[in-house]
Amino acid sequence: MPDPSISLLVNGASVSVTPGTTVAAAILMSGPRARISVTGEPRAPLCGMGICFECRATINGFAHRRSCQVLCEPGMDVRTA
Amino acid sequence: MSEDWDVVVAGAGIVGAACANECVSRGLRTAIVEAGEIGGGATAAGMGHIVVMDDSPAQLALTSYSQGLWRELASRLPASVEYESCGTLWVASDDEEMKEVHRKRALYATVGIASEVLDSRALSEAEPHLSPALAGALLVPSDGVLYPPCAAEFLVREAVRLGAKLYSQFKVISAGNGLVRLNDGTELRAPRIINALGSEASTLVPDLPIRKRKGHLVITDRYPGFVHHQLVELGYLKSAHSIATDSVAFNVQPRKTGQVLLGSSRQFGAEDSTVDYSMVAAMIDRARAFMPEIGTLSAIRIWTGFRAATPDKLPQIGPWQEDPTLFLAAGHEGLGITTSLGTAKVLVDYLMDGETGIPIDPYLPARFVRSEAHA
Repeated sequence: MPDPSISLLVNGASVSVTPGTTVAAAILMSGPRARISVTGEPRAPLCGMGICFECRATINGFAHRRSCQVLCEPGMDVRTA
Repeated sequence: MSEDWDVVVAGAGIVGAACANECVSRGLRTAIVEAGEIGGGATAAGMGHIVVMDDSPAQLALTSYSQGLWRELASRLPASVEYESCGTLWVASDDEEMKEVHRKRALYATVGIASEVLDSRALSEAEPHLSPALAGALLVPSDGVLYPPCAAEFLVREAVRLGAKLYSQFKVISAGNGLVRLNDGTELRAPRIINALGSEASTLVPDLPIRKRKGHLVITDRYPGFVHHQLVELGYLKSAHSIATDSVAFNVQPRKTGQVLLGSSRQFGAEDSTVDYSMVAAMIDRARAFMPEIGTLSAIRIWTGFRAATPDKLPQIGPWQEDPTLFLAAGHEGLGITTSLGTAKVLVDYLMDGETGIPIDPYLPARFVRSEAHA
């Protein structure tokens, strides 16, 4: 079987995941938090179904993507701040 | 209970708030009555632009006068009002609209409003997310934006600080012949009553020619720097001011939060506040024609509101012909935030001594009686 993992960048660090992994999961695999709120509080994915907006990240240059609703793709550039 | 006042203002939207503040500043003993939240109606639903417009000479006079009053007030506005002198860019799609840009610049100069013509390249530099195919724009640097409900709140608080009394959560049951009755039976007596109830003004004055005109707005998440000026298509006058049909026009604002506020739609006969997604889709399509990347932003809220529209698109400011104690300050359609301060000044000048900063005649409610008589 070929190696099923795909790799992407989260805040500049390489992360390997299996296909079907959400970007929110890749962010959690890379460190303890998703983003910092406008009032300076750390945030992390809460609902996992696109409702709470706590998992927002900049994906390939597009800000405020809900990372729990996006699957990882090879070479993706994900930024949480 | 019965109380005596010099003036009672019905309605604490931005126009009523400005009127109450102006009355009390001029030494009048003033009461203001609001059934809901301060600035909770069309004031809260609107975009909050401070913009000079020239649909008619009277509109140009009132908007330029009012814009100047906002600029005078700006330094006293609290941070919550989010006033920002971001300027307006009237965007021209083609050479024909560029002629309109030059006409507008010359006209604005006649009322002391400075503006600058931008060619296509200068426009791209000013707003990199606008389509490079646009012909240019007119920049009006003295225009601005603010957050309207907090502006109304500020004006009411100022009025109360200066001695006005706010009747919050009281409904006006009737107003006329020097008497305002509230829902709990309170009677407020005043030789001057100002009806500033916006699209609800006709509930107290039957036959008032004010109709509701529904609008939709969309606000995005925070994208600081995506847009720098208020952007309005010059075709706005053609598309948005058509009285007969539903219409949309490209109108985008930067907010201090980094959010982008997107309008606008206009519909008559739609009395229901439900979001009409076909109108929203038309608004977004229109915006993408001017700003393709706006489609990549994430919208977080869509809402509707009702403008108080009059047949000639000018507000009704002044005495109601059938009752010498009753005065109107209503019917400001999409310009109530801009024109609230000018409305208050003109009306209170008129009440005090008859001398007004700009002529009141084009806004007098009696104009509709005259035009009916001629019809």
